[in-house]
Amino acid sequence: MNSNEKKIEKIIDYLTLILISIALYFAFIYAPLEKVMGAIQKIFYFHVASAWIAFFAFFITFLFSIIVLINEKKIYDEIASSSAEIGIIFCTIVLITGPIWAKPVWGVWWTWDPRLTTTLVLWFIYVGYLMLRKFVEEDDKKAKFSAVVGIIGFIDVPIVFMSIRWWRTIHPNVLQKGGGGLHPDMLKALIIAVIAFTFLYLSMLFKRVKVGLLEDKIKYLENKIRN
Amino acid sequence: MKNYIKTIFKIVEKDLILELKSKEVINSMLIFSLLVVIVFSFIFEPGAEYKDEIAAGILWMAITFSGVLGLNKSMINEINGGNLNALLLAPVDRSAIFFGKVFSNFLFLMLMELMTVPIFMVFYNINLFEKQFIGTLLVFIAGSYGFSVLGTLFSLISVKSKTRELMLPLLLLPLLVPIILASIQSLNIFYFSGSFENASKWLKLIGVFDIVFTCVIYIIFDFVVEE
Repeated sequence: MNSNEKKIEKIIDYLTLILISIALYFAFIYAPLEKVMGAIQKIFYFHVASAWIAFFAFFITFLFSIIVLINEKKIYDEIASSSAEIGIIFCTIVLITGPIWAKPVWGVWWTWDPRLTTTLVLWFIYVGYLMLRKFVEEDDKKAKFSAVVGIIGFIDVPIVFMSIRWWRTIHPNVLQKGGGGLHPDMLKALIIAVIAFTFLYLSMLFKRVKVGLLEDKIKYLENKIRN
Repeated sequence: MKNYIKTIFKIVEKDLILELKSKEVINSMLIFSLLVVIVFSFIFEPGAEYKDEIAAGILWMAITFSGVLGLNKSMINEINGGNLNALLLAPVDRSAIFFGKVFSNFLFLMLMELMTVPIFMVFYNINLFEKQFIGTLLVFIAGSYGFSVLGTLFSLISVKSKTRELMLPLLLLPLLVPIILASIQSLNIFYFSGSFENASKWLKLIGVFDIVFTCVIYIIFDFVVEE
């Protein structure tokens, strides 16, 4: 890694730190308290931001999976798989914060709404992706096979969403019609949270790719010593 | 194009001859699907009214689970003795070999359904084909094809992993959500109302799934198996 990349990484790290602090301020102090739901509504900013990052991360996995199939360079596979790992983390956060919010507001922890169900299916698809990577030994096969899951899985998501939407629906449609009745200060807090989380994602991706490349180097050196 | 279809046909022919000799795949699928049908019947009390509403779901669970079983068996047959690697060395289109496997898996699935569905209808005392013969038949054909396309791809991937057949359902089931959901819904609609109009969106969904994944796999398959 050259000094330029190190500099970029440092800038992203500090930006993340600052942006997350700002996002916390906006979510907890700046944004008004929701009249009906009260404090529990605050979870919304981080819930939506995590959902956005999860989808964005899986999109990056999809993109780099296509690149892996064309160009076998190690770094692309590393980016695809690292992004999927981070996506799983944020997807898990979505699936945990959602029920915490839903219990007092809807009265149930879980409901089979399209967005909830699609997120759950998404989570399973990418857990499968990571498990496959654990269980395939040859590096080139691992890269190609997981790229297939990365591509097929991402294409499958809108079809899953459609099918479950026809099945049933009750999720609040916040993103429709320019905010859908969201207070402008709340919208501001949401946008800042999304930006902060995007930087958090980038910072995590940078580090995970670096660790992945180092792991490969160690594996390579170990093999060299053994032979 | 002519050679492409010929290759597909030859692969199907090879699998059929092998299967006629051993009958391993079709027998194990059939017995397993019947077992699922029987075991699932303990969900409701004998003669319960609501059983008609869940019957299509149970049938599709039987098809899904025994389908996974059959896919594993048929792909392990290819791996044993390096058969698949030898096939891929042949100077023909690789995706033709793949689609040959898809069609033979599809054929086995249809054969299994041909025997399971009538027995199922006797046990559950319902006639799925009563109100809408063609529609119901279409659901079985299009649904099974979608199942075979993704199933064959992921059985190819999962047999190369360390956990072998364990990996297939983990990868496949979340991706098959649209097929399973749409097949069950359209079977229910056909059984209760026989109306093509109400079920048409579900049938379209299965159609979109089949076409999209056939095209995607056709495009990416050559990149996946290149040595």
